[in-house]
Amino acid sequence: MEKIKTLADLKKKSQDMKSRIELREKSNAENLIQVKVAMATCGIASGAKETMEYFMDELDKRNIDAVVTQTGCMGYCYAEPTVEVTLPGKEPIVFGYVNTQKANEIIEKYIRNGELVEGIIPVNYQTIDNK
Amino acid sequence: MKSLALHILDIAQNSLRANARNVSIHVSESREKNLYRMEIIDNGEGIDPSVFSRVTDPFYTSRTTRKIGLGLPLLLQHAEQAGGSMEIESRPGKGCRVTAHFMLDHLDRPPLGDIAGIFRILMCSNPAIRFTYLHETDKGEYKIDSQQVINELGEHEIMKPLVQKLLKEMIAENLQSISVS
Repeated sequence: MEKIKTLADLKKKSQDMKSRIELREKSNAENLIQVKVAMATCGIASGAKETMEYFMDELDKRNIDAVVTQTGCMGYCYAEPTVEVTLPGKEPIVFGYVNTQKANEIIEKYIRNGELVEGIIPVNYQTIDNK
Repeated sequence: MKSLALHILDIAQNSLRANARNVSIHVSESREKNLYRMEIIDNGEGIDPSVFSRVTDPFYTSRTTRKIGLGLPLLLQHAEQAGGSMEIESRPGKGCRVTAHFMLDHLDRPPLGDIAGIFRILMCSNPAIRFTYLHETDKGEYKIDSQQVINELGEHEIMKPLVQKLLKEMIAENLQSISVS
């Protein structure tokens, strides 16, 4: 493969490969799936970067339209990397201990079929402090 | 943190929380001087003098979701373990500058790691923020500016995973050609 050294190379290369992407651009923004990876010290130290890149690359490879973005610490440091997934029209769900293997399970089961997988952090979880 | 790139990602999150619009990352290494230096400069809110002395205290954080803040303490620890030091300069309203020095050949200096991947994550999740990255080695330097990337390719293009992936490859390729260590 030709090596990309400048932004001009990048532009050319992405235009060459465009036809594949065009197909997927028809879906509208409201139907987008949102994936938020917690990216604070606790998350980063537990491998959130790998998890985030996995979601970015794999969702694209599997032709699933989704926005992958980062968020701060949600207070579940013990369960990092944590990921919040919002399917269109549904409540956000937070998954804990999301390594690449778990991420694969989340994509295949929850994102594709709406089937819940193990490792959900319940929304009513409260710390002792804010009882 | 297993690599300096992860530290950079972590410290940059502080800048983002301080509402910075510009975040510049500067890494310079010199075999001759046996020095590895990394610097993260932002134009965010800065650190209030009343808490300045406590930012490297692991039991201090400005967050309310938890009671500890390990970002800066961990970087300080890594720098000191590798024969170096860390300095923070900040004034309220004037942004913040975090500089860490390491001995380049020190066994405990973390490797640079996947800085290209980190730049992709930062830039693509925060398209409104301008990130610049400059890496200098004995062999030359490489600079990338997210604003320039967006101007060149268009805001819409940047959101495409394929373009992001190519961008990451481009950065990695250029860094390899100045033999970063």
